[in-house]
Amino acid sequence: MNTIPMTTKKSTTLAQLITENEDFILAEWMREMKDSVRRGDLIKESELRGECANFLQLMKDALEVAGPSFQNPAWDKAREMLGDLSRTRAKQGFTPSETASFVFSAKRPLFTQVRQHYKNDPDGLASEMWAATELLDAMGLYTAEVYQTAREEVIRRQQEELLELSTPVVKLWDGVLALPIIGTLDSARTQIVMESLLQAIVQTNSRVAIIDITGVPTVDTVVAQHLLKTVTAARLMGADCIISGVRPQIAQTIVHLGINLMDVTTKATLSAAFAVALQRLGVTFVRETPQKR
Amino acid sequence: MEKIPILRMGEFLLVTIQVDMHDRLAMALQDDLTHMITVSEAKGVLIDISSLEIVDSFIGRMLANIAAMSRVLDAETVVVGMQPAVAITLVELGLSLSGVRTALNVDAGMELLQSSLNGSKVLYGSHID
Repeated sequence: MNTIPMTTKKSTTLAQLITENEDFILAEWMREMKDSVRRGDLIKESELRGECANFLQLMKDALEVAGPSFQNPAWDKAREMLGDLSRTRAKQGFTPSETASFVFSAKRPLFTQVRQHYKNDPDGLASEMWAATELLDAMGLYTAEVYQTAREEVIRRQQEELLELSTPVVKLWDGVLALPIIGTLDSARTQIVMESLLQAIVQTNSRVAIIDITGVPTVDTVVAQHLLKTVTAARLMGADCIISGVRPQIAQTIVHLGINLMDVTTKATLSAAFAVALQRLGVTFVRETPQKR
Repeated sequence: MEKIPILRMGEFLLVTIQVDMHDRLAMALQDDLTHMITVSEAKGVLIDISSLEIVDSFIGRMLANIAAMSRVLDAETVVVGMQPAVAITLVELGLSLSGVRTALNVDAGMELLQSSLNGSKVLYGSHID
């Protein structure tokens, strides 16, 4: 079939149409977008106009070279701009449909121009419309895809940061480490907690490690097993673990679930655990002035 | 065949594992060590595994076995310097080595052996006053 020469011819027309009616298309496009996306809070109108004009120019250039095949390398620049735009929109807090409507708002002005041009040629109108629709759809899909990827990237980074933030190992005394755990313990987190604790034990030459679970909302069998694993690993390295911050509800849960924590020293508060740790190291404190009551 | 040296330090035996353990080497060490304890009448065995980076369930069990055998022969065993990765592996394998005493490094291990020899009460690698 002779689709390829046809498309090339038509696309040149599309490029022509854009060149001839650039101002009209731009104005209509802006108007369309204003109707569908009312986000004056997130983006200035002048800024939006600049983006539209820029993109229209890139689109025209690409259409002249490669026609409406969005995958063609000639479209690289336009695609790049569209990608940047979606990413920025995703970060600014636009919804997916608001982002995609940047592309889809161009439909009506473009189609108006095409219809005027092919007033007396129904076949030409149909095929040109089809080419334009396909192009705009491809661009719309691309926008949505980049938007999604950008959002996922943000989520992934936040997850990582959360994981890093929530597992600090602090040194309380020469030879005593504390690991305050905040949030639920799952397998992935236990792995990180265990690794950072063991690493810190080696680095600081610590003999006692206190795991404080005040910030752990619930302890079920899985969490308990993770805790026991950490305690055992530390013991294998020659350090002694104390679990502190066991709240009354958690103590009840542990007993009801039948979890055996007999081999592990547990304390209700971090200070009690610290006192035990100092005692094991042979450190004693003496109050110099009598306590005032 | 390569061999793991067993050094005598006063009343204790010092075993430093500096090569990757394979099963035959582990069995040979078990033989040598039990023999050495009997001959030297050692009161304690210190096994330094700080250079050991890979363990499997067999090596893990062998460590537990050596500790149990030494106890039968009246010698305390302390395993020192276990790498974090090794500790994690053993725990994941379900081997807690509950009969084996551990210490952070050779220094702490020696202290532990010394104090147990002196008959003082020792808990978790340090003295209780």
